[in-house]
Amino acid sequence: MSDALTKFIFGRLTLDAIPYHEPILVATFAAVALGGIALVGAISYFKLWGYLWREWFTTVDHKRIGIMYMVLGIVMLLRGFSDAVMMRIQQSIAFNGSEGYLPAEHYDQIFTAHGVIMIFFVAMPLVTGLMNYIMPLQIGARDVSFPFLNNFSFWMTAAGAMLVMASLFVGEFARTGWLAMAPLSGLDFSPDVGVDYYIWSLQIAGVGTTLSAINLITTIVKLRAPGMTMMKMPIFCWATLVTNVLIVAAFPVLTAVLALLGLDRYLDTHFFTNTFGGNPMMYVNLIWIWGHPEVYILVMPAFGVYSEVVSTFSGKRLFGYTSMVYALIVICILSYLVWLHHFFTMGSGATVNSFFGITTMIISIPTGAKIFNWLFTMYRGRIRYELPMMWAVAFMLTFVIGGMTGVMLAIPPADFVLHNSLFLVAHFHNVIIGGVVFGMFAGINYWWPKAFGFKLDRKWGLVSFWSWVIGFWVAFAPIYVVGLMGITRRLRTFDDPSLQIWFVIAGIGAAIIAVGILAFLIQIVVSIKNREALKDVTGDPWNGRTLEWSTSSPPPDYNFAFTPVIHDLDAWADMKKRGCEVPAAGWIDIHMPRNTAAGIILAGLSAVAGFGLIWHIWWMVAGGMLGVIGTAIFHSFNYNRDYNIPAAEVAATETARLDALAARA
Amino acid sequence: MHMNARNWKWPRALLAAPLLAALGGCGMVVMDPSGDVARQEADLVLWSVWLMLLIIVPVMILTVVFAWRYRASNREREADYRPDWDHSTGLELVIWSCPLLIIIALGALTWVSTHTLDPYRPLGRIAPGKPVPADQKPLEVQVVSLDWKWLFIYPEQGVATVNELVVPVDRQVRFRMTSSGVMNTFYVPAMAGMIYTMAGMETKLHAVLNKPGDYAGMSANYSGAGFSGMSFRTHAVDDAAFDRWVGKVKASGGARLDAANYLRLEQPSERVPVTYFPAVERGLFDRAVNLCVKPGTPCMSESMHGHVAAQPEAQTMPVPATGAQPSSHQSHDAHAPATGA
Repeated sequence: MSDALTKFIFGRLTLDAIPYHEPILVATFAAVALGGIALVGAISYFKLWGYLWREWFTTVDHKRIGIMYMVLGIVMLLRGFSDAVMMRIQQSIAFNGSEGYLPAEHYDQIFTAHGVIMIFFVAMPLVTGLMNYIMPLQIGARDVSFPFLNNFSFWMTAAGAMLVMASLFVGEFARTGWLAMAPLSGLDFSPDVGVDYYIWSLQIAGVGTTLSAINLITTIVKLRAPGMTMMKMPIFCWATLVTNVLIVAAFPVLTAVLALLGLDRYLDTHFFTNTFGGNPMMYVNLIWIWGHPEVYILVMPAFGVYSEVVSTFSGKRLFGYTSMVYALIVICILSYLVWLHHFFTMGSGATVNSFFGITTMIISIPTGAKIFNWLFTMYRGRIRYELPMMWAVAFMLTFVIGGMTGVMLAIPPADFVLHNSLFLVAHFHNVIIGGVVFGMFAGINYWWPKAFGFKLDRKWGLVSFWSWVIGFWVAFAPIYVVGLMGITRRLRTFDDPSLQIWFVIAGIGAAIIAVGILAFLIQIVVSIKNREALKDVTGDPWNGRTLEWSTSSPPPDYNFAFTPVIHDLDAWADMKKRGCEVPAAGWIDIHMPRNTAAGIILAGLSAVAGFGLIWHIWWMVAGGMLGVIGTAIFHSFNYNRDYNIPAAEVAATETARLDALAARA
Repeated sequence: MHMNARNWKWPRALLAAPLLAALGGCGMVVMDPSGDVARQEADLVLWSVWLMLLIIVPVMILTVVFAWRYRASNREREADYRPDWDHSTGLELVIWSCPLLIIIALGALTWVSTHTLDPYRPLGRIAPGKPVPADQKPLEVQVVSLDWKWLFIYPEQGVATVNELVVPVDRQVRFRMTSSGVMNTFYVPAMAGMIYTMAGMETKLHAVLNKPGDYAGMSANYSGAGFSGMSFRTHAVDDAAFDRWVGKVKASGGARLDAANYLRLEQPSERVPVTYFPAVERGLFDRAVNLCVKPGTPCMSESMHGHVAAQPEAQTMPVPATGAQPSSHQSHDAHAPATGA
């Protein structure tokens, strides 16, 4: 075969791109391959392919899509956490002239991948999954506004995750840090495929994120149950609304900046190069104009979860609902006015730095008000320490410290000595783990019975809880300390042997967190095994206050047989208080969207095109893109998009539930 | 609110421990630095912490107290239960105004300190109560971050070094900084906070070291494969020792740092040992800023059609025409603008 032909077929993909000479990667690949084969074998053996395809992959049901997002987030958490453990081990041993066990080109990929995966493919799917599942139920809707779009959005996110995973075994990932800062990420300094994997996985996933946000906003605006004015909407829905407004406003900036970087790399333009009129600082500005809102995109849904959890388990109405709503809105707006605090040290003038420092501090006012509101929701309550509430209290105690270190970093001259240090690393893990991750665990433990009809096991839940909370502090308190010793981030080796002890302690912390993750997985397995004992037939295991608890667990496909009418903020608590009867007759046909394979096909073709772009396999790019366009056109002629659930079937489902409730009473 | 002493001692002790450790020093160079600028920055860290603790400590105490007192199993508090209590204008005022007051205080502190400690601004003092002597000219050091080492040019002394910075104690140093390629930050934790070095741009830092000693310096911004080894030693010495050191460099018999040697040095290399250049080609730094050290390369100031502005500051080294400080957006002499435009 001639060189030209080989190049045409494979682009720049050669056998050298397969890292068979890297024992760590070979072992990882073997483990992933064996696990994959076992999974595929099991699915085939139990003949589940058809079921998975029909009921899950092609589903347009927001509940199933929500669950798929959560599964994606949890699977990717295992990958992102493995990266964290590898870094902790490297930093624990690379002293006294030791190079550790990771060469630079491997270590640098690991810390890049860790950040990218944890933000884009762990935290984002988890928050999107929760919003997808819960919000329509809380507003009394049958589904989201655009059910097919929802399925497509999920698969685009999954396709992005797949490309990142592919980089592990074919080629390499970026060695630039998680934001791929120019000019380091430009062709001059990173000519290899790593940055291209970064660009295309985020571009593909970004399409999903943006479309999903449009979908959820529309749903909130258009599909609220009658009587649910904006100010009677559950606070989690407010958090969802504000979060998705932020996504719609921020993610296009990311798309644009990565597109410009892509143009620099593919078409030799000079947006962010050092020379020919390029300006790397523009990249830094643009990426942080997306990047700062992004952290609020992650934490606000978690704030929503805490609000629901604290109110439910204190058995009280949420204190200061109105000010909570305004706090969210203020945070949303302010989060656009602070991006420069990520680079005070680039030498902006004192006035510019002061402005962005002060706007940053102002955000702590609404955030502080929210903490107080949760506190006064607990005040004079009857607090039940179920698992979600424990996560919420741990959050309040952990997050305030992270908030405090954040305000320290907001003072420009203080930032000069803390920026890029491990103190900064400890700070953002403090708010992301203490805020987002704890919130996701609170949410999962809280809404699991809604999604599956049985509670999660308490014993393993406690093990997971304590391991995470203690593990977090053991892992990151030393990181704060070494940060104050002037140690900076992303170092692979260290000169000063006296530092080693701190990194060893941090490593122990990571091991404790590993126990927490393992216990969480065991918690799920044990709960599934004991599902009969943990069963909840009421649909309302926590004495909940919002609408999702009024329907059965898991909810029927159509969520609500009759659209509820809302009279109060805590709609379900209000119905229970007024002794509302569950309707037992008068069923009608319910109009529902039909499943479609178009989403997974479009996303699959996008991933193919992305892979072609990464490796310069142009026929593959053309094929993938034409396929996307063709499929989209073909799908637009699909008129078989809906069906009716007959009244008789609704009657059967609802009667069965009423009987179960009666039998329990 | 009834608080009992038993409940609030514990969290405060927890909080105070790391702070006390920080105050005590014990290797925490950021909190116990040797330069007046870093000293003021560390003080700012402490001040902000104390101000915030005014609100953080009560919040943490209240969290623990409420979490314990209002637990469902606490029968004593059953009568207190108010399931429908969800609003109090007075409380709302308090919970919004308390953080607001703290932030007003912190905001004022931020405005003042950011201007006083602006790295572009010449120092107002050498140490507390010790103004900059009227006759003392700042020592100029030109810093270039290269892949992956640091080049320090002393234009007055006409010498240059790689990976070794020597400054006289109690003398203001003016660092003019740039990068040959990717971004780095120049950071000597004992001396002052970090500032980025960026190709095609010039950033500045004014600082001083008050105690003789040997301090760590590094790049704090990831810059590629050799980043972990991109550190250097900083020595603060008295004036006589500084002069002796300059003499030593001059007598070292090394090569002159001219364009050709600079271009060789610019090639990526890791963990480069300390190197001395007894002489330096004139205007080299300005050409490094303008990315035109290589003969025949157009300087950014020219290729960008920037208006060549009057020299904003007296140069200690004559600058060739090609390296004149431009006002184009490529080569910032003053503050690099936030928008990059």
